[in-house]
Amino acid sequence: MKSSKAILGAGILASMLMMSSSVLAQTVGFSQIGSESGWRAAETTLTQQQAKERGIDLKFADAQQKQENQIKALKSFIAQGVDAILLAPVVATGWDSVLEEAKEAEIPVILLDRMVDSSDDLYLTAVGSDLVHEGSVAGKWLVDELAGKDCNVVELQGTTGSSPAIDRKKGFEEAIAGHANIKLIRSQTGDFTRTKGKEVMESFLKAEDGGKNICALYAHNDDMAVGAIQAIKEAGLKPGEDILVVSIDAVPDIFQAMAAGEANATVELTPNMAGPAFDALAAYMKDGTMPPKFIQTESKLYTQADDPQAVYEQKKDLGY
Amino acid sequence: MNGLVLFSRRIWPQLLTLAVIVGLISVMFPGFFDISIANGRLYGSPIDILNRGAPVALLAIGMTLVIATRGIDLSVGAVMAICGAVSAWGITEGYGLFPTLAMALSAGLACGLWNGVLVALLGIQPIVATLILMVAGRGIAQLITEGAILTFNHEGLIFFGSGSVWAIPTPVIIGVLTGAIVTLIVRRSALGMLIEAIGINLRASTLAGVNTRVLLIAVYMTSGFCAALAGIIAAADIRGADANNAGLWLELDAILAVVVGGTSLLGGRFSLIASLIGALIIQAVNTGILLSGFPPEFNLIIKAVIILIILVLQSPTMRTVLVFFSSDKAAGIDSEKQKETVAP
Repeated sequence: MKSSKAILGAGILASMLMMSSSVLAQTVGFSQIGSESGWRAAETTLTQQQAKERGIDLKFADAQQKQENQIKALKSFIAQGVDAILLAPVVATGWDSVLEEAKEAEIPVILLDRMVDSSDDLYLTAVGSDLVHEGSVAGKWLVDELAGKDCNVVELQGTTGSSPAIDRKKGFEEAIAGHANIKLIRSQTGDFTRTKGKEVMESFLKAEDGGKNICALYAHNDDMAVGAIQAIKEAGLKPGEDILVVSIDAVPDIFQAMAAGEANATVELTPNMAGPAFDALAAYMKDGTMPPKFIQTESKLYTQADDPQAVYEQKKDLGY
Repeated sequence: MNGLVLFSRRIWPQLLTLAVIVGLISVMFPGFFDISIANGRLYGSPIDILNRGAPVALLAIGMTLVIATRGIDLSVGAVMAICGAVSAWGITEGYGLFPTLAMALSAGLACGLWNGVLVALLGIQPIVATLILMVAGRGIAQLITEGAILTFNHEGLIFFGSGSVWAIPTPVIIGVLTGAIVTLIVRRSALGMLIEAIGINLRASTLAGVNTRVLLIAVYMTSGFCAALAGIIAAADIRGADANNAGLWLELDAILAVVVGGTSLLGGRFSLIASLIGALIIQAVNTGILLSGFPPEFNLIIKAVIILIILVLQSPTMRTVLVFFSSDKAAGIDSEKQKETVAP
């Protein structure tokens, strides 16, 4: 009797397992671009964390910034018969044939962070951030913070011609348009780096009456803001008070600066693209709910009021 | 006295160019020469040019010697990244300031040794030999920093980037001292002449008894050492080692500084001081563009046009034209001298 009960129990367990495997993705392949930046390292860490939390077996492939490696990884995922594929494409073009292969094998593909130029029926959905929206969140913060006071803003752009630089500039300008009290007086590229951010800010300070003419700095990423903060300090001014600092990305170092009162606000480009992707995938597996073709991640605004030190502690081990 | 006249004739084109560019900037931006003291440190645009120009000036010192041997060192930017990463790593691991600096400088010397061995012992073309480290170097730096920007808060190390001695920024002092010491070593001994000899004819120098292998390796090690100093300054300046971006493309600026300084890429005669002025010219152009307030899309075009004008004015053809049209006495003497040398 005992043994038959055990067999019954095992049978129920097995059928439950089978059921769960039929509704939930068990193995997911993830083709990551490579380790190009701290942000991407954090994205990898968070994807692995999210998969672990959901009991998903994540097969990770690092493409070392090469599309051929990504295509190889995708083909091997298809051959292994994974339940779904996450793809952070290194370039936009050249994905048609491998995505068609995945489609024929009925494996849904979700794009993370970047888009591809293929027809949108070749992938399930794309999760990403809206760069224009990020810029406008930063601009809106400045508008609210100033509450009508006159303010001359200097801007540190990203690498000239890159899409984050173009879109973050556009979003910010849209947000401050119609507010005559805010004027963008200088705009230069700082190439997204600390060194150039510092050097360009030094020249801004000199060109604008030792910085007395500048009331706020908008940087297209946190690294440039961190460099600029040092330049402001070396000029004998107080960043965060004499010159307001708002930037985008929300990397750990900017939270340290915010905790020290040297930066005012940052807009998060969340590295947690996998969370929304897994949610969409679970819904799709469960009852075939088709997600929208683009899932926009939240561009969360952090200010000094959001306990920056605690956020720093949270973020510092993500691999930024 | 005669030596001094020759010397000033050697560097007057560079000095004139620098003066013209600084003059142009001060016309466009009247507050250019305002120098004050902020936080116990000289503060103003001319100081920015010296301070920001220091890393390229340091690279140019090593690059001048390498180019004088008819070589080229493409790896200096990557070596900067490696040494910056080593210094940030050493200080965050708690090795203390002097061991950290020693490690960073040794890393630079080791990189130079690697290049030197490839060029001098294995006879690989310098442009290819140093390309290896240029490509691999950033990878090595990323391994050290583990792909992230490695930040530090050690006041002693930060001093090398944003500190000052008697109100003069530390990078400027390091640049001037290094330039002076290297100039003394190569010009007060026969080393400078031997380096030029290697550049003019390697085989002939070897046959004449110059230990060309050791000298070549030493020259590349000097370049690595200068790059290490520049790397420490760059890391200390932003209080962090950015393996992806530290010294990125600076090897090209350093080569440009040497060329603008009038040293031929074909090796032979060189002038360290002219290369240093060349580095300042490049930085003056950069700072001028930033102060001018042009949209960033124009940065590279403006820079290219200015450099083109400088190089055209310095070109041998242009010089002949200038001498032809000038009634300058010096030019007359010059042609007479030429006759004298041709006569026998």
